[in-house]
Amino acid sequence: MTATLRAFMIKEFRHILRDRQTLTILLLMPLVQVVLFGFALRSDVRDVRLVVVDPSPDHATLALRARFAAAGRFRIVAVTPSMQTVEIFFRRGEGDVAIAFDPAFAARLESAGPARLLLAVDASDPNTATTIQAYARTVITSYEAEIGAREGQPVRIVPEIRMRFNPTLESVNLFVPGLIALVLTLVSALMTAISLSREKERGTLEILLVSPLRPWQIIVGKVMPYLGLAFANVLTALLAAWLVFQVPFRGSLALLLAESLLYSTVSLSLGVLVASRTASQRVAMLVALLATMLPSALLSGMVFPVASMPPVLQWFSTIVPARWFIIIARGIMLKGVGLEYLWRETMVLGAMTMVLMTAAVRSFKPRVA
Amino acid sequence: MTAPTIRAHGLTRRFGAFTAVDNISFSVGAGEVFGFLGANGAGKTTAIRMLTGLLAPTSGEAQVAGLDVASQMDQIRRRIGYMSQRFSLYDDLTVLENIGLYGGIYGLAGEQIAQRSSAMLKRLNLADDLVGRLPLGWKQKLAFSVALLHDPAVVFLDEPTGGVDPITRRQFWELIYAAAERGTTVFVTTHYMDEAEYCDRISIMVDGRIAALGTPAELKAKWDVPTIDELFVRLARPA
Repeated sequence: MTATLRAFMIKEFRHILRDRQTLTILLLMPLVQVVLFGFALRSDVRDVRLVVVDPSPDHATLALRARFAAAGRFRIVAVTPSMQTVEIFFRRGEGDVAIAFDPAFAARLESAGPARLLLAVDASDPNTATTIQAYARTVITSYEAEIGAREGQPVRIVPEIRMRFNPTLESVNLFVPGLIALVLTLVSALMTAISLSREKERGTLEILLVSPLRPWQIIVGKVMPYLGLAFANVLTALLAAWLVFQVPFRGSLALLLAESLLYSTVSLSLGVLVASRTASQRVAMLVALLATMLPSALLSGMVFPVASMPPVLQWFSTIVPARWFIIIARGIMLKGVGLEYLWRETMVLGAMTMVLMTAAVRSFKPRVA
Repeated sequence: MTAPTIRAHGLTRRFGAFTAVDNISFSVGAGEVFGFLGANGAGKTTAIRMLTGLLAPTSGEAQVAGLDVASQMDQIRRRIGYMSQRFSLYDDLTVLENIGLYGGIYGLAGEQIAQRSSAMLKRLNLADDLVGRLPLGWKQKLAFSVALLHDPAVVFLDEPTGGVDPITRRQFWELIYAAAERGTTVFVTTHYMDEAEYCDRISIMVDGRIAALGTPAELKAKWDVPTIDELFVRLARPA
C-alpha cells in the first residue's frame, strides 16, 4: 500500500517539476507579491510634501522644521505665513500635510505652557493620511522629548489634528501575514483543484480509480507535493518581508510553519472538494478563484478590517479560513504570542480541516462523470 | 472447461426511472476475447463501470476473476487492467515514468518494473520520450501494454481503437491476441464491426439488454446475415 502511494506521489512531483513555467511562477509569487504590495503600500508615504505655516518664526519653529527636513520622509515644499496658502496646495495636490505653528511658539514652549500647532493632513487617501499623521507625530514627540531633556523639565507640544477620515493604521507589517494566507490559498486550493480536475477531464482519474489506489491515497498523493510547495512559499514570503521591509518576526517560526501547514491543509481540502464537484478544469479554476481567493483577499481582514464590514459579511467572514489564519499569523509575527493565545483560532482551523477533508474524501467516491 | 473469468447474473443498474443496464447475464472464459457491442447509449459503458467497480449495481451479481464485485472489489482491482476510450497515460511524463507509475501503483517491485519496461519498449519498438510527443497509434498501443503490465486476469478495453488508422488497428489486435494467448481475458467494446469479427464471442446490447450472444459465425447463421455489421444494424434499429 505504501509503495503504491509512493509511486503515485512521485508522479505528482514529476508533474509539478516538469511544468517549469508554472513552478517558476509559483515559487516566485510570494517574493513578487511581498515586494509589490509592500512598495505599493509605501510609495505614497515615502516622499511626503510638507507645507509649513509659520507666521512668526523663532528658534523653536526653525528647529522643528529642521527636524522634519532631516526625518527623511518629509520634503518641505513651501513656507508661508498664512493658512490660506495651504488650501491651495492641497487642492492642487501639491502638498500632503501642513504644519501650522501658533504665534510665540518658542516662548510658550519654554514657559511650560503648552505650545500649540495644527497638523492638517490631506485625507483623500485615508490610509496614507493616517500614516503621514503618525510619522509627523513621531517627529514632534521626539523633538518634545529632546527639549524636555535639555530644559530639565517636561515641555508640552499639543498638536491639533485635522482630517476627514481616521481609520486604523495599515502598514506592510499587517500586510505580510495576509499575503502569506493569499499565497497559500492560491497554491493549495487553486493548484490542487486544477491538477485534480485535469485528471478528471483527461480520463486518467478513471484509470486511477480502477487501480488498487484508494480514493484517500489519491487525495494524499495529490496534496503532499503541494504542501511542500506551500512550505517553500511561506519561507520565501517571510524572507522577502524581512530582507526588503524589515518586517519584524517576534514569535516562533516553527509554530508559524506548523500553522501554515494546517491552513494549507484546509485550502487543499477545499481544492479537492471543488475539483470533485465540478465538471471541467476551467469551471474548477473559476470556482476555486471565487470560493477561495476572493474571500481570502477581501473578507479575511487582510485588506479591509473585519470590524468595519456590514454584519452579514462579518458573519460570513467567520467561515473564511484565511480570517483565522491571519489572526494567528499576525499574533505570531507581530505580537510574538504563542499557542496559549492562539489555540482558539487553531482549533477553528483544525475543525475546518476535519469537516472539509471528510467532505472531500466522500465526494470523491469512485463515481466519475 | 475452467471456471469463467467474468460472470454476470441478472446485473441491473437504474438511474432514477431510467434503466441503463437491464438484467444482463453472461460469462467469459479465461483467455477469451469477448466483444461487447452496442450502439451509443445502449448501456455498454455502464456495464463496464459495474464490472470495474466504478459503479455499484442496483441489483444482480457479478464475479470478476472469481471474486465478487459487491464485496471483494479491493482484490479485484489488483487482478484487472483497464483502458478507456480516452487516452489514459500522462503526456507530461516519459514512457518509462508512466510505466513506473502504474507498476508502482500495482505493487510491482522495482526490478520487475525495469525488466518489463525494457521488454515493452523493445516489443513496441519505442524509445523513451515524453508520451505527449508520440503519435496517437503508439500511445494507444503503449496504454494497452501498460494496462497489461501487472499480468491481470482480465483487461477491459473501452473502445481502444477509436481514431486510430487501419494499420495500427491491425497491430493493436495482434497485441490483443498475444495477450489472450498468454491467458488474459480480453473484454473489449468497439464500434468497428470488422473488429467484432475478430472476437471469439460477441454480445450485442440494445436498450440495456443483451439482444444477441455467441460466436460471430453462430450469430450470422442464426440471423441469416452476411456480416456482423448487418446484424448490428438490424438489432439496434428494429424495423
